[in-house]
Amino acid sequence: MKILLVFAALVAAAGNQQLFVGDQVLRITARDEEQIALLRVLGQQAELQVDFWCDPTSPGHPSDLRVPFPSLPAVKIFLESHSISYSVMIEDVQELLDEEKKNMTKSRRTERSTSTFDFASYHTIEEIYDWMDVLVDDHPNLISKIQIGQSYENRPLYVLKFSTGGSNRPAIWLDTGIHSREWITQATGVWTANKIAEEYGQDPSVTAILDSMDIFFEIVTNPDGFAFTHSSNRLWRKTRSINAGSDCIGVDPNRNWDAGFGGSGSSSDPCSETYRGPYAHSESEVKAIVDFIRGHGNVKSVISIHSYSQMLLFPYGYKRGPAAHHQELNELAKKAVSDLAAMYGTKYTYGSIADTIYLADGTTIDWTYDNGVKYSFTFELRDTGRYGFLLPSTQIIPTATETWPALLDIMVHVLENPY
Amino acid sequence: AAMEVPLSHGLASRAAALATGYLCYRRGSPGRGLALRSLRRARREDIDDVGHKYYLELELEDVLDKDNTVNCTAEVLYHLGNKNTAPNVQFTLEGELKNTDEADNIFYNRIKSLEKELVAENIPDSHGNVPPEMEPIRLLAWVASGYVIWQNSTENTKFQLAQIKYVKQVKRSDEYLEFDYMILLHDMVSQEIIPWQMTVLWHPQHGVQVTQDSRQPKHA
Repeated sequence: MKILLVFAALVAAAGNQQLFVGDQVLRITARDEEQIALLRVLGQQAELQVDFWCDPTSPGHPSDLRVPFPSLPAVKIFLESHSISYSVMIEDVQELLDEEKKNMTKSRRTERSTSTFDFASYHTIEEIYDWMDVLVDDHPNLISKIQIGQSYENRPLYVLKFSTGGSNRPAIWLDTGIHSREWITQATGVWTANKIAEEYGQDPSVTAILDSMDIFFEIVTNPDGFAFTHSSNRLWRKTRSINAGSDCIGVDPNRNWDAGFGGSGSSSDPCSETYRGPYAHSESEVKAIVDFIRGHGNVKSVISIHSYSQMLLFPYGYKRGPAAHHQELNELAKKAVSDLAAMYGTKYTYGSIADTIYLADGTTIDWTYDNGVKYSFTFELRDTGRYGFLLPSTQIIPTATETWPALLDIMVHVLENPY
Repeated sequence: AAMEVPLSHGLASRAAALATGYLCYRRGSPGRGLALRSLRRARREDIDDVGHKYYLELELEDVLDKDNTVNCTAEVLYHLGNKNTAPNVQFTLEGELKNTDEADNIFYNRIKSLEKELVAENIPDSHGNVPPEMEPIRLLAWVASGYVIWQNSTENTKFQLAQIKYVKQVKRSDEYLEFDYMILLHDMVSQEIIPWQMTVLWHPQHGVQVTQDSRQPKHA
């Protein structure tokens, strides 16, 4: 539209601090040559400072005239007294300019480039989903987005697939945000997905991993809960499914897995934060992952990321005795937390879930472990309680940065220890 | 006889959190909050007919000045059976805590000279932000919550202050400052978020007192 070109000029002028407050643009249609001549005369009146956007050329064809605010009465009287018909096309030029400027800055912000995404802020679900599409666009030969199911409230469950080819390669699964209030995890997920994309072809370990394995990364594992933490209750943990016969909503997605389901390490009360659900895999968010991992058949590692407590955990949560691979998992955890601490001195403890925090049944990694995924780990990210779930956004990048070497340790070990 | 407890063990970390909360209550102020830097050693003793006793060696840090640390030994006794008796906590600090008289007095005078009672909510906010002028209000809640945590802890709980939902100053004619807080406590073991009301009194020379507190019902 021609308007846009004129606006470009006006914006440039506005850049020189010229304001157009109250100026109007009149659309004038001259009836005959006499009126055209009159309009030209009007244009020549230096003191009026009118500005033709579209010159009056021939009768019947509209011309557009920008009139500075102080000249409006004089111009309108002139037109009316000569019976030249006009209409007000733009009521206030400055208003329109301001609006336009705002839109331009907005679109600069949502400009489609991963280099402008603010990793040091917490984001909404829409922002994260938009960014995911940008990431895929930027790395079309490495990353694709798949949908593994839908949440209770019908939000898509998206997984980023990192793959350099092959067919059903051995895979590593990562998830963040299964407990929606643990905002540092979704934020770390976004940063880490970006990091993996950046480092392929640069970092030897990442390259080696992706040259023979695939990575599946679900960043917003509990989208309904996450949306609820933004809209209503920042400290919401569970899903948002309705519980029959109860006013209380939601199931703890990390007590809903079919591993020791229904024991003392979860609750039968729908109002509880650790409510296990009516039956194992009742939650569509959980079932989607179960189906995916079963269907894939070649997942070698599952790393489920939570906060807070600064711990690296492995099975079991539903019973106290050591898992069959306790020694190996323990050694790997020890190395990973040591490399994590090397970055900023952040201290993690490690061990089985049952020993290190509490008995918990129906957890993600107990199920994956009992279903053939040997390298099953849970991270509990920063901090240890000073801010807890409300971790300041200034700690997002440090947290993600220090966790990265620990993740890499696990993934490299998985690569080097095929089974 | 007391047996070593692995430092990563859940029971040890709960006892350490309780001891820290108690300590913070006894020694904290709007200018000084104490947090657990690390657990150095933990031993546990089952005392027949009495309860479970933990012997702890802790390193604490000043939340406003992370490099300021102090070592501490503590004994925590969880009483058998009687859930209405708070655990018994005793501690010994090795070394001096930073003097906070100046900061405390500045805060005291600032609040005393307010025309309208202070009111605030959601500290920290959703993004973890605490406005600098609210930091002493926040620390005061941190200190006072140490009392609530101490009074309500068992071997099966691990409480932390999650957020101040609401705080309102109550003007007094005497020298004390009084604040009415609605806080959210997070229990790591049950994962519950528990609203708790507490009335807090403070004076720079008289320390922090919780004169009233009550657990609030959870929303659906």
